[in-house]
Amino acid sequence: MKFLLKKDEMFSFMLPEFLVERRGDRCIKCRVCERQCGFGVHSYDEMSNTMRADEMKCVGCQRCAVMCPTKALIIRPHPSDYRPNANWTREKIQDLKKQAESGGVILTGSGCDKPYRIYWDHIVLNAAQVTNPAIDPLREPMELRTFLGRKHDKLEFAFDGGEIELVTELYPNVQIETPILFSAMSYGAISYNAFKSLAMAASEYGTLFNTGEGGLPKELRKFGKNAVVQCASGRFGVDPEYLNVAAVVEIKIGQGAKPGIGGHLPGEKVTKPISVTRMIPEGTDALSPAPQHDIYSIEDLSTLIYALKEATNYEKPVSVKIAAVHNVAAIASGIARAGADIIAIDGIRGGTGAAPKIIRDNVGIPIELAIASVDERLRREGIRNKVSLIAAGGIRNSADVVKAIALGADAIYIGTPALIAMGCTLCQKCHTGICNWGICTQDPQLSKRLNPEIASKRLVNLLKAWSNEIKEMLGAMGINAIESLRGNREMLRGVGLQEWELEVLGIKGAGE
Amino acid sequence: MKFYDLFLDFSRKLDELIPRIRVQGDLAEIDAKDLTHKEINDLIRYAVFEHNCNKIRLLNVVGQRYIGTRIFSRNPRKISVEIFGYPGNDLGAFLAGHKIVVHGNAQDGVGNTMDDGEIIVHGRAGDVVAMSMRGGRIMIRDDVGYRTAIHMKEYKEKVPVLIVGGTSQDFLGEYMAGGRVILLGLYSAKHRGRYIGTGMHGGIIYVRGKLEPWQVGREVGILELSSEDFKFLEKHVGDFCKEFGFNADEILGDKFVKLLPVSKRPYGKVYVY
Repeated sequence: MKFLLKKDEMFSFMLPEFLVERRGDRCIKCRVCERQCGFGVHSYDEMSNTMRADEMKCVGCQRCAVMCPTKALIIRPHPSDYRPNANWTREKIQDLKKQAESGGVILTGSGCDKPYRIYWDHIVLNAAQVTNPAIDPLREPMELRTFLGRKHDKLEFAFDGGEIELVTELYPNVQIETPILFSAMSYGAISYNAFKSLAMAASEYGTLFNTGEGGLPKELRKFGKNAVVQCASGRFGVDPEYLNVAAVVEIKIGQGAKPGIGGHLPGEKVTKPISVTRMIPEGTDALSPAPQHDIYSIEDLSTLIYALKEATNYEKPVSVKIAAVHNVAAIASGIARAGADIIAIDGIRGGTGAAPKIIRDNVGIPIELAIASVDERLRREGIRNKVSLIAAGGIRNSADVVKAIALGADAIYIGTPALIAMGCTLCQKCHTGICNWGICTQDPQLSKRLNPEIASKRLVNLLKAWSNEIKEMLGAMGINAIESLRGNREMLRGVGLQEWELEVLGIKGAGE
Repeated sequence: MKFYDLFLDFSRKLDELIPRIRVQGDLAEIDAKDLTHKEINDLIRYAVFEHNCNKIRLLNVVGQRYIGTRIFSRNPRKISVEIFGYPGNDLGAFLAGHKIVVHGNAQDGVGNTMDDGEIIVHGRAGDVVAMSMRGGRIMIRDDVGYRTAIHMKEYKEKVPVLIVGGTSQDFLGEYMAGGRVILLGLYSAKHRGRYIGTGMHGGIIYVRGKLEPWQVGREVGILELSSEDFKFLEKHVGDFCKEFGFNADEILGDKFVKLLPVSKRPYGKVYVY
């Protein structure tokens, strides 16, 4: 705790964000909390034999509360508050004070936490009653297998006696066992162990993880057939082998948490192993420019799409990931015409390892509206089969997955849910490089808290649980394949939505 | 509106194209007239992997993209491709250690994210030359366009080198994170490019002649050369002169300056946690 100020040093006017309550009757002074906190909240005072807490440092990640053997700790939002004011919330006042003290752009981590309408919670699903039978997924086959990539308008077959032969040469497609993929989270943004856990889980369950733009460490290239490898504006870690070991190559144009903003891995996070994978010297900032400097138009995008197809001998689907923004449907149409096989669209609630808070909380549109309008536009133009659509940003449970697919997605990306499965508590401090759960950090002491064997099991459990729930919901609707749900908006009804919202979503109101 | 795949829908099957190729020993000659970029690379692969050719000669090239991009293989064979004509964008993009020589001008994106190898252009090149290049060497005899060597990077022994005989337009070396750029300015009295090295945080740019402070980004400083720098220039400018027939001593005798980033972390202070 700070009592003395240097000359010209400002006294901070900030309030603590969290209250650290230590119940004396339970605390045995074992100092576990002290060792567990990478932010240095807890300390032990030998003179008085007491545990102390510096609340100003607490981020509310709950690591100490979970690890405390006697459950002596309660961490909750600090009750001290300013005079209630609907306009000037505590957060707004605190942010402003922080800027007055530093002059900086406020950085944050994870997804937008502002109360924009969550459309998932205003959409209900249908179920079969009397006029069509429901299906019991426990006893009947249910198909969640999904193929990502461009599909033909028509297939040609040759009939030779009893033999039927497919004449059409299929476009490269990737098979996944459930329509859930792990979103792009780079090694650098997340720890090696977290990255490896995602790779292991994707490989075990038969789905894909996404390397982000931090490269793929050599020893993890064996997971390549379950990898989406990114080629982003910084081109970090991109070499011909990296592209060729992958299942899918993804061009990252934008990210839901920070549309129009580049990436910035601060130099202190570029440790030796990170520098090896990104192929940059230790300690340098890894700057990913906001635009890709060879892409200033749809034509330029097309150039890079085909450069990547050339570099991978036309064997892999090429995906283009964009943030959901105002003209997303027109942009997606352009991307499909530019030759992409997959379009991934990331909504405003998509997570991040670091983004300016003002951008995260104010730029972009919700994924529900974006995916619905893109699907509708591509259908109207007769090119929906040219691309697979992946919805990302703000999916929280299996019902959201089902709703996203019924709105037109082929599959969905999960980032935040995967992190939560591994231990994340959404404290939003990813950008600091300190993560007490060993996920979003490069500190070897902290990252070894995450055991890839166990964390990957948690991830596989999550995929299994969601997949089973999806089968239950499909069965209830009387559908036995995810294919029949895709873009099937008849299965959705809106509750408490305005007319324009129903129109964009392309669904009826409940009762209609 | 009918959907066309801009490239695939107009490409012919390899069997139809085989008459275009003439194999003599380990040299394959391909007449690229009217071929799409995919057809050219299909033929190059056919020559390299079916006929074991190590040398490719492309004739009548007019604007076809990605030449040399599709010869990645896990065994480290080095293929040399000689181009007569005017290759299109992304010449040698993601190039995996091969050599490309162009007898003519090149367009945008020469050596885009090139991994290793060599590209030599007997002529000029367009914008974004050597973008995100991470290894190997590119030599352009004449001028280059805008945004050259953007985000070029280096790692350990892998240090990419770009040598430009002429000068460059604006934004040379923007975001540059590593590698070496040599700008010789052989054909004009002055360099006119602006914003040189904006956001640069690694690597070195050598410039023959003079640069005014307003021409460079605020993230770089203009410095004098050390003896090590001259040794480096001697080798690469020497190779350049040998390739294009200039007098190296004359060029190296002139005044050079070098641009270095002032910080490895140009934007470290903008953010607050």
